[in-house]
Amino acid sequence: MSLDSQPPAAGPQVGADEWVARQAHRREYLPSWLGTGQRWLERVGWWPKLLVVGLAGAALPLLGLGGFQLQVGIDALVIALLAVGLNIVVGWAGLLDLGYVAFFGFGAYGFALLSSSQIGPNGIHLPTYLSVPIVMIGAAVLGLLVGWPSRRLIGDYLAIVTLFFGEAFVEFTNNVAPSVLGGPNGIVGIDPISVFGRQITTNAGYYYLLVVVLVLTMAVLRLLDTSRTGRAWRAVREDPLAAASMTIPVNRVKLMAFMFGAVVAALTGTIFAAQQISVFPTDFDTPILILIYAGLILGGAGSIAGAAAGALVLMVIYDGLLRSPTDSGYLFYGLILLTLVVKLRPWRRLAVVLAATVALGFAAHAVAGAISARAVAGGPHSTGWLAAALRDWVVVPANAQVLGNWGYVLLVCLLIALVQVGRRWRTILLPPTICLASFVWETRLAVEPAITRQLMIGAILIVMMNARPQGLLGSRRVEAIT
Amino acid sequence: MAFFFQELVNGITTGALYALVALGFTMVYGVLKLLNFAHGDLYMIGAYIGFFVIQWFGGPNALTIPVPLLLVIMFVLAAGLVGGLGVAIERFAYRPLRDAPRIAPLITAIGISFFLENSALLLFGAQPRIYNTPQFISFSSGIQIGSVSIDAVQILVLVLGLVLMVGLRLLVNRTKVGRQMRAVAADREAAEMLGINVNFTIAATFFIGSALAGVAGVMGGLLFNQVTATIGFIAGLKAFTAAVVGGIGSIPGAVLGGLLLGVAESFITGYISSTFTNLFVFALLIAVMLVRPSGLLGRAQLQKV
Repeated sequence: MSLDSQPPAAGPQVGADEWVARQAHRREYLPSWLGTGQRWLERVGWWPKLLVVGLAGAALPLLGLGGFQLQVGIDALVIALLAVGLNIVVGWAGLLDLGYVAFFGFGAYGFALLSSSQIGPNGIHLPTYLSVPIVMIGAAVLGLLVGWPSRRLIGDYLAIVTLFFGEAFVEFTNNVAPSVLGGPNGIVGIDPISVFGRQITTNAGYYYLLVVVLVLTMAVLRLLDTSRTGRAWRAVREDPLAAASMTIPVNRVKLMAFMFGAVVAALTGTIFAAQQISVFPTDFDTPILILIYAGLILGGAGSIAGAAAGALVLMVIYDGLLRSPTDSGYLFYGLILLTLVVKLRPWRRLAVVLAATVALGFAAHAVAGAISARAVAGGPHSTGWLAAALRDWVVVPANAQVLGNWGYVLLVCLLIALVQVGRRWRTILLPPTICLASFVWETRLAVEPAITRQLMIGAILIVMMNARPQGLLGSRRVEAIT
Repeated sequence: MAFFFQELVNGITTGALYALVALGFTMVYGVLKLLNFAHGDLYMIGAYIGFFVIQWFGGPNALTIPVPLLLVIMFVLAAGLVGGLGVAIERFAYRPLRDAPRIAPLITAIGISFFLENSALLLFGAQPRIYNTPQFISFSSGIQIGSVSIDAVQILVLVLGLVLMVGLRLLVNRTKVGRQMRAVAADREAAEMLGINVNFTIAATFFIGSALAGVAGVMGGLLFNQVTATIGFIAGLKAFTAAVVGGIGSIPGAVLGGLLLGVAESFITGYISSTFTNLFVFALLIAVMLVRPSGLLGRAQLQKV
């Protein structure tokens, strides 16, 4: 840990207390050369970085991404936009908004109603430059209405009210006025979005639109972050009482965070509806909410770049890699190896664990094969060189669903034990755990990718909150007072 | 009028179920000030345990042991295993975050809930598991008062629910552990200074609360006849509503809230329409929160500085 007490900009900043400006910059850096890179990156201003990343994102389709990859990219960008919006409410203002996905749904349904043949004999079909602002203003008003209780409801109660608001939204769209909202069948035949008079009808077009909107939103939020309001949000998050005694209007500031979050979500909803051409109640249910949260937490709540990067990485894994057995295999074994290399110190311990794991796998395979040929009859689930490397290492019986299920239960118990025990036992337990994890992966998890990716989301939330609450990219602030 | 009383009885039965789940929820909130979003999923696990006990002893059509013994095994096993699971969750996921910002354990709880639900999906599959209660507990073995019929499963749920609620009340008010729980709920640091083993007390609270959810899960399986991996979420929401309407952290409040919710639901389904039941429940909760945020029996919290 090194303390760098140089303020980011020379000279006093307007509106920022000198001491605060200095202390806010005291951070923990990554070890060794990673920390050097981090410090170097911090010297570059925020907008060149954003511009470079945005251009790189826009250049991706030129490398020849096909239809599937483009769809993954669109989904990832949608979730990233939502995570960036959620970051305002959760990361900055510290309010647990569990109804956030309803604003996304409101945006999508609002846009769908205003630009389809759903209302009246001929439908409304408003032009984009009218419908999108109307929906965004509507979302702001809705955010105000939902956030209003936060004047009286503190902390947990707000989480409850918003959770039920989100559930009520799904129930509402499912059951109320089926002739207008379509019930479970949703609304279909939504007009495309038009920008400067040109209708966007291709997936590539929506990809570029989303990149532009994401970069612009991040830029606006970055300005907001360093504004008076942004500082007020963080003050309210850290200590509402102290903030109130510093004459910050706590309730109004909370409501503003709610409204800003709602507007970003609704904007995303309009693009989502136009790109999908249809909206259904299930698109805005709890799993999506948890997905957004997982992206935000993975990247680090409280930082715009963290929220966007976390959501993008998560969605590429969730939507892209986990669909193909080979890709997900690379990801799984790669992640295990990476975690071991990063976490196991000194290197002698790492070497011992790796050697023991490899030896244990081969030994288990040999023993199982000697007992019965059926015990090793089913090879690895993936293909390619990874499968060739694993064929004689991981034990995969011919029909292993029940055995795999018991292995899964045992694996969860082992993982819990691994966290609780001391360093020596951890070294001893690691090789069998890795072997068991590979067994469970090949017999159950790789077979059921749809469930595995949801398990991954749950695990991310639990592990990140316990091990690294500041997120993968976030840096832990050094507490001035302990 | 007969329809009214029939709906009332049905409502009280489901209400007793909601109350049991809400009790564990409200107890955990009392000692840790944590909204345990994973509580509904413990109910789901309890229901699965009950199902597998029935299968283990020959299935609903060809039971190898007498029905009362089967019920005892179901309830005891569900209570023990789910209680243990609750303690494990607390130890593994919540204890490290006890002094973290309030939002961290809440997000962890959401993660646990999602993890449990999908683990059940992985282990037990997506197809619903059928209890087939009428095969071994005949519906006609209930009692008939006028034109209102209360079948045997409903009697079981009502009696066992009542026993557990009274037992919990005695446990919290009369025993040493109960006194420790109340002390930890009132002020954790002060309780620790007075020599109370806070970790043990919190673990005990989790065990009892989760065991109640497990028992309620078996009851739910017997009553509604089927289990899927997704029943936990909606059960959690209902328990949530019951606990919050009654006043979160208050044990009599959870019982009252559960019964009110069950009866209200039953009447809406019976007299209006089953389409709007959930929407109505959610609206009711939001309305209670707006008018009386501390619930019916809860005391308004003073904000300590």
